[in-house]
Amino acid sequence: MTQRAHVPWLYLLVPLAFLVAFTYVPVVSMVVHSFTDWDGLSRDREFVGAENYVDLFTRPQLFQVFAVSLFYLAGALLQTGLALYFATVLSFGTRLRGLFKGIFFFPYLINGVAIGFVFLYFFQPGGTLDTTLAVFGVQPRLWLGDPDLVNTSLAGVSVWRYAGLNLVLFLGAIQSIPPHLYEAATLDGANRWQQFRHIIVPSIKPIISLCVILAVSGALSVFEIPFIMTGGANNSETFVIQTIKLAFTFNKVGLASAAAVVLLVIVLLVTWLQRTLVPEERVEQS
Amino acid sequence: MTARHALAAFLKYLSLVLASVAVVLPLLAVLLTSLRTSEEATAGRNPLAAPADWFNLGNFAIAFTDGQMARALWNTTFILVFALIGTVLIGSMTAYAVDRFHFRAKKLVMALFLVATLVPSVTTQVATYEVISALGVNGTRWAPILLYTGTDIVAVYIFLQFMRSIPVALDEAARIDGAGSLTIYWRIVLPLLRPAIVTVVIVKGVAIYNDFYIPFLYMPSEKLGTISTALFRFKGPYGAHWEVISAGTVLVILPTLVVFLVLQRFIYGGLTAGAVK
Repeated sequence: MTQRAHVPWLYLLVPLAFLVAFTYVPVVSMVVHSFTDWDGLSRDREFVGAENYVDLFTRPQLFQVFAVSLFYLAGALLQTGLALYFATVLSFGTRLRGLFKGIFFFPYLINGVAIGFVFLYFFQPGGTLDTTLAVFGVQPRLWLGDPDLVNTSLAGVSVWRYAGLNLVLFLGAIQSIPPHLYEAATLDGANRWQQFRHIIVPSIKPIISLCVILAVSGALSVFEIPFIMTGGANNSETFVIQTIKLAFTFNKVGLASAAAVVLLVIVLLVTWLQRTLVPEERVEQS
Repeated sequence: MTARHALAAFLKYLSLVLASVAVVLPLLAVLLTSLRTSEEATAGRNPLAAPADWFNLGNFAIAFTDGQMARALWNTTFILVFALIGTVLIGSMTAYAVDRFHFRAKKLVMALFLVATLVPSVTTQVATYEVISALGVNGTRWAPILLYTGTDIVAVYIFLQFMRSIPVALDEAARIDGAGSLTIYWRIVLPLLRPAIVTVVIVKGVAIYNDFYIPFLYMPSEKLGTISTALFRFKGPYGAHWEVISAGTVLVILPTLVVFLVLQRFIYGGLTAGAVK
């Protein structure tokens, strides 16, 4: 009996070593760095107390990057709405359902750099978007060059990329609704809107709320698309781009760590909020 | 009545077609441009006009050789193979230990894995960089391999869920026949986990193939370009040559399209399972 007690640990040794080395050690050392003025290179570092946090919250750029994430948040809400509409439409006996589902989902699988290039070309002055809109009499615009427009364009790319995932998640949830509910509703004379409002929405509410919460933490940690497409130039810098630049371009590891800790705390807070607001039971199967 | 139904159906299909056009149009423009000659591409014509020669594959040749796509493909494959083997072994071992044994700190171990799912890896990169440097693998292909292997907690959950459906009686029977825990893991549990392994390999494989951030940060050398970082380098030298950039982009998207068409069923199931966890 005593001999077998160590057996599970033989299997857990390597997994736990990886978990500690690549998740817990970084989190702890990040918190430690956030109270120092370390530049990431030199041997010595000085303890500076909460200075980095004070610095962070008094930087005017900070509000700028949070304002940028509002664009992505709005995009994510639009994306949830679109996905909900198309998931509902596709679940009510539509022809070529598999084809439409495939078309909407495919962008989610595409390489981020490829998506960046596809849309750099799409938004070019005189490019695909301008040409297409010209048919409807819309004037060409600087989709990525205009500081007032760039974040809307980039958030649009994000919607294009992720809406399909939401759609497939919703579709899966809608399909697990027992068909007799619709039959009963139809017998009672309920129309499509009423079925949507009173059967579909309540049944998939947990997954909708999950998507909304994912949208919030996703909007705060946007990185790839703006980094690849604009490099954060022209008013499009996000919180993560700023953090990466502080750490690896300006060698302000202390300040960057403080920024990363703030983001981590926000994400944990949002997740905790979701877990408390939405009961756990449903996540099992989807 | 029927007129109203017809109108509703028309609007429904109209919205579906419009949305599909919005999805396909940006991709189509890149595909068409990849087939143009450089004079055609710079002439400032309609980006959706048909290319003069539908079989002009010259840009693909330039993109493939000058963009060092062969090397990128090799590096990505190397990383994929080791990271996938590592992920499957780590995930299945964890699931085996947690599901098949009773030990005191089990709840603590589970909590450690659970809390780790909440930490977005993009935020901790500042400090992860140090760990990778301390291990002496910064600037090698082992940096991404270790990071992909070591931070995949979703895989642990997929394995754990599947492990519960494998009857414990099978282990018991083998144990009575004198099999040790390693034999049970290797000969019984791992083979039966095959459907879960397929899911993990697909989800993880797509994520690794598409990842830009980790190779960009840890393998800045041009020799160690992956699919993502090699494509990213097109931005400089080909800045004005959209026909070459487009060809490179199409080359990167094409394998994804093929995999999607062949493995559709697994991909929908696997990726949604990964996203919800």
